[in-house]
Amino acid sequence: MTQQAAIITPDSGRLLRFRTAALPRLLFNRSSRRAIVSILAAIALWQLGATSREWLGWPVPVLGHVPAPDAVLVAWYHVLGDAGYWQSWYQSFLRVAMGFAAATAIGVPFGLTLAMSPTCRGIVLPVFELLRPIPPLAWVPASILFWPTQELSIDFVIFLGAFYTIVLNVLGGAETIDIRLVQAARSMGASRINIFRRIILPGVLPSIGAGMEVAIGITWEVVVAAEMISGGGSGGASGAGGGLGFFIWNSYVGGSYPDIVVGMISIGIAGYGSSALVRLLQTRLTPWLEAR
Amino acid sequence: MSLVSQKQVRRGAIRIEDAVKIYDPEGAHILAVDHCSFAVAPGEICMLLGPSGCGKTSLLNAIAGFHRLDGGAIYLDDEMLCGPGRRAAAIGPDRIVVFQNGALFPWKTALENVAFGPVVQGRLSKPEAFARARQLMADAGLGGHEDAYPGQISSGLRRRVEIVRALLNDPAVLLLDEPYRALDALTRSVMHEALLDTHARTGVTIIFITHDIEEAVFLGHRVVVMTARPCRPKRIFDIDLPRPRDIGIVASKRFRELTAEIAGTLDAEALKSFARGEKEGHAA
Repeated sequence: MTQQAAIITPDSGRLLRFRTAALPRLLFNRSSRRAIVSILAAIALWQLGATSREWLGWPVPVLGHVPAPDAVLVAWYHVLGDAGYWQSWYQSFLRVAMGFAAATAIGVPFGLTLAMSPTCRGIVLPVFELLRPIPPLAWVPASILFWPTQELSIDFVIFLGAFYTIVLNVLGGAETIDIRLVQAARSMGASRINIFRRIILPGVLPSIGAGMEVAIGITWEVVVAAEMISGGGSGGASGAGGGLGFFIWNSYVGGSYPDIVVGMISIGIAGYGSSALVRLLQTRLTPWLEAR
Repeated sequence: MSLVSQKQVRRGAIRIEDAVKIYDPEGAHILAVDHCSFAVAPGEICMLLGPSGCGKTSLLNAIAGFHRLDGGAIYLDDEMLCGPGRRAAAIGPDRIVVFQNGALFPWKTALENVAFGPVVQGRLSKPEAFARARQLMADAGLGGHEDAYPGQISSGLRRRVEIVRALLNDPAVLLLDEPYRALDALTRSVMHEALLDTHARTGVTIIFITHDIEEAVFLGHRVVVMTARPCRPKRIFDIDLPRPRDIGIVASKRFRELTAEIAGTLDAEALKSFARGEKEGHAA
């Protein structure tokens, strides 16, 4: 357990700033070896299942109906030279970045205001709680109606997905701040502004980071679905520039099944990459948590 | 009080007169402190010893200004902190609390923590405050830990850093609320000697809450044994052991006499508190 946890937490943060000497160690330590073996085994199983279709006279469930890894690799190779594929990456990334940035920029101050002022909380929280259970995707049609462009309506839905999570994390984080830290700061003569800046803000930073990490995952879920529903936004039916979600949908409609998997894996990579970026930001913002 | 250093002007006298504190959650009306009166001399280490949940912490919080008083008055150097017409004392750097589980800021290094008071008060510039903090940490034997975050050092070191942080505010009174409770016995005895050493150097008045009779006798000029809730002094013991004290003193006859006598006084109160099923730290 601890071995595996070690791959996820400290190593993945370090991946982005490794020194060259650390690379062989990273590749050949026991947990990395295990990870590589398990991934290769999974791919082999997939290849076997997808190509044989039948085992002992029984149709292979799931795997029998998906394109094989080699077909996916070939399709990927072809699509790498296609500007439309990269355009899809760019589109989806841009949407995630816009929605996520807006959710952070609005959600953090909003959450802090609610946390600091019981009056604000009393007035705003009921409405917030009323809207929160509505899934972001349920907003897609309404959002298309009240935003001038389809692009903005997709951004808005992504924003919603990240916003609730970030606000709730800020609120929860503020609640966990030890009252004695505030009392200690007050006894040492800290003003209200000082208490906010030096105690409350750093106190909620870990929760902001945690909220952002969850939120970035949600934004990828939302962007893909929103692109599928809305027909890819400005890209239209051509498949070029509709985003990765539309890329998958379009591949399905066009019958190029290996491309579906290419799109799926691309989103996985994009999601992993953006989570890693957020984690990196998080370790920079909260160095005291790393140093334990 | 011959060991109180002459570096400081004689200040830090606390006088508590008829203090009353009532907790009233949903009309439960719990009398935590009832007409409690006693005085602490400047430079004294006054140990408050009492059963769990007796109301000692309420008293300490009232002195610090975190809680208000429902009756009576508290004076610092003849100046009324709280009393008739002023139910809560102003919170200020002249009375600093060191809490049971510590309240160092996790996101600041030891040095930044120690320098916090003078920096936020604008009393010293940042480099000046850091220089003072460095000096004070070195004096307290904490050199080399300046740049560590609290999460990186042992709980014993954290407690010592926190006391140094309090001292940099030049408080008249240090209010210690069971600061060593969570530490193991060996670390605790190291802490005790370090505290006595700090006290000998600074002469600051210390009001120290504890459950531990030996800790009370080892550290205190006087031990105030509190009654079970409502809290008021049951008996005050003068600890006539010589100073400077070291760990060897616990083996002395006088030390054992005093602890035995205090234990006898405390026992009845502990039983009362136990019979009520008082939770540790609850409403304390």
